[in-house]
Amino acid sequence: MKAFILALTALLIGGCTPTAPRNTGVYLLLDTSGTYNEELKKAQSIILYTLSKLQPTDSFAVARIDTGSFSEKDIIAKATFDDRPSTANGQKRAFADAIKTFVEHSQSAPYTDITGGILQGIEFLNEKNSGRKAILIFSDLQEDLAKGYVRDVPFDLKGFEVVALNVTKLRSDNFDPREYLARVEAWRARVEKAGGRWRMINDLERLDGLL
Amino acid sequence: MSFSALLEFTPWPTLSILILFIVAVFVLFLARDTAHQAIRTATSAIARGLRLASHSTTHLESRLATRNRDVLLAAGREAKERIIEREFERISDSVRKDLSNYPTLHRALSESIRRIEEEHQAAVDVPPEAPGWVRAVDAVSKMEGKNGAGAILEDIHKSLVKAHKEAMDSYREASAERHGLLRKMMPEWRVIKETLDRVMASVESLLSRASAIDRHMQDYQDIVHGHDRAVSTLSSSSVVQFFVSGLVLLIAIGGAAINFSLIARPMSEMVGGTSYIGSFRTADIAALVIIMVEISMGLFLMESLRITRLFPVIAALPDKMRVRMIWITFSLLALLASVEAGLAYMREVLLQDELATGALLRGEDGGGLKNEFLWITTAAQMGMGFILPFALTFVAIPFETFVHSSRTVLGLCGIGLLRAVALVFRVLSNSFHHIGKLLERLYDLPLFVPLWLEARAKAAAANEARAQETGSVQEVQS
Repeated sequence: MKAFILALTALLIGGCTPTAPRNTGVYLLLDTSGTYNEELKKAQSIILYTLSKLQPTDSFAVARIDTGSFSEKDIIAKATFDDRPSTANGQKRAFADAIKTFVEHSQSAPYTDITGGILQGIEFLNEKNSGRKAILIFSDLQEDLAKGYVRDVPFDLKGFEVVALNVTKLRSDNFDPREYLARVEAWRARVEKAGGRWRMINDLERLDGLL
Repeated sequence: MSFSALLEFTPWPTLSILILFIVAVFVLFLARDTAHQAIRTATSAIARGLRLASHSTTHLESRLATRNRDVLLAAGREAKERIIEREFERISDSVRKDLSNYPTLHRALSESIRRIEEEHQAAVDVPPEAPGWVRAVDAVSKMEGKNGAGAILEDIHKSLVKAHKEAMDSYREASAERHGLLRKMMPEWRVIKETLDRVMASVESLLSRASAIDRHMQDYQDIVHGHDRAVSTLSSSSVVQFFVSGLVLLIAIGGAAINFSLIARPMSEMVGGTSYIGSFRTADIAALVIIMVEISMGLFLMESLRITRLFPVIAALPDKMRVRMIWITFSLLALLASVEAGLAYMREVLLQDELATGALLRGEDGGGLKNEFLWITTAAQMGMGFILPFALTFVAIPFETFVHSSRTVLGLCGIGLLRAVALVFRVLSNSFHHIGKLLERLYDLPLFVPLWLEARAKAAAANEARAQETGSVQEVQS
């Protein structure tokens, strides 16, 4: 009898113990610099796909990469979906509308501050305390900082997954593909050195493994 | 000291091995008796232990079999008592119903018989009176003709004919009246016949029930006396009941699973879609709890209706309290069924919302095709949500049978298992007995040379002893 009571107590205590968070946090960076601004239609489809995969209590933010991306002002839309599925669906629809408006009226930025965007993403996702954290970078990964911006900051990407999407080749890459490979490799090394996991998806028709 | 170092006490390893082997054989030969004794003791001890375990297991099996038999007989006795009780209740109802009508029936029969008697009395045939003129005619006929006898006879004849005609007319009228009375008896006869038919049907029903009770009583007596035939019948019946009720329970589990899928999704609207208790979603647990509560209410309802007898406390409640309990459980069940119907409706609404959102996110305009027959699915889901809780109520019946029969079936399985374990112990015991002998032979295998020499020496010693004995005998004889 004593053993049974002990087992029951252990079960109850075990059942009531707060479990690790199971939600997902996604921070998507959209490169709006130069000609890459024209790729935003593709980005919209990725955002819609991501929205369809996210569940209640997941967090999602979309921010643009421009001259100085380490700022909340660059966040185009963000949401932490409600626990109730019907409310979460409403939030998703509102999110999709905001993105649509942004894509229609977006203007290209003169510089590309990817590092600032990543730092902002890390901060956002750490605040949300998500169980799974993913930073999606929709960019050609060519960083171009304006004068005076210091971005030589070490990342802490432990528990983060960084996915580069639609990494297009620049005109110069066509002349010397080593530049493209070196650029991708440099970002991979930087992310992995910071403790994160690196992935690259260029085929936007196959986004099954994105989340 | 390593094995290679052991071989280096002579310059030649082969020689070392040979010397070591000879030494080992010698030592083993010296320790042979002790070693044999040790092997025999060890294997015998294990064999005895296993035999003891086998006996204990057999004893346990027989105890379990006795217990199982007692349980089976008790369950059979209880079931038979219920059946006999029910048969007596039916007979009581039948007798009460028929006997309560008996005074009316008797009065109706008496009245019918009285009426028939009266009508029969009234219908007695009265023969016409004999003519009183015969002697007068005879006297007149002896008179002379001049005295006017002819005229008198003529008058008498006329009077006779007239009287006869009148008598015949009145007789015909009386006969017609009698026939009418007899005709009126027919319905009375029919009433009597129908009444007697009814009585006969009741009596036959009572007789058939009496013969059924006789049969049940015979079975009951067999059970009470613990006859093997009764035990065998009850055992096979219990196994059949176990499988049948198990099958019905599986079907019920299927129904509960469908019920669960109907309410699990909308439950996430009430308790949240992503909260967890342990590793289970709270919405799933909430849906499961609702279904379990419904099944519990169903059990209590069946118990209050005295269809099942799982809880003696409920069965022992006063009738007034029991009826209250019936209404309370039924009301709760109806409420839960209504909640489920609402949740089933909500499920459809949520599904449509999700489809619309999915379509929007896929870039489809208009949120997909409009289904004009959607109300059929919605209505069907709501209907299922309302009906399934009531359907699950009846799970109580197979559940009770399953619980009762599982005691016997588990007992039978336990007996089989213990029998198998006892057999294994016995086989192992015998095996260890033979293993001991085998180990002794294996021990002797490398000692075949000294054993052979020993046998030769023993034979030579025996021959010498025989020769000495023969010599001493010859000396004595000489």
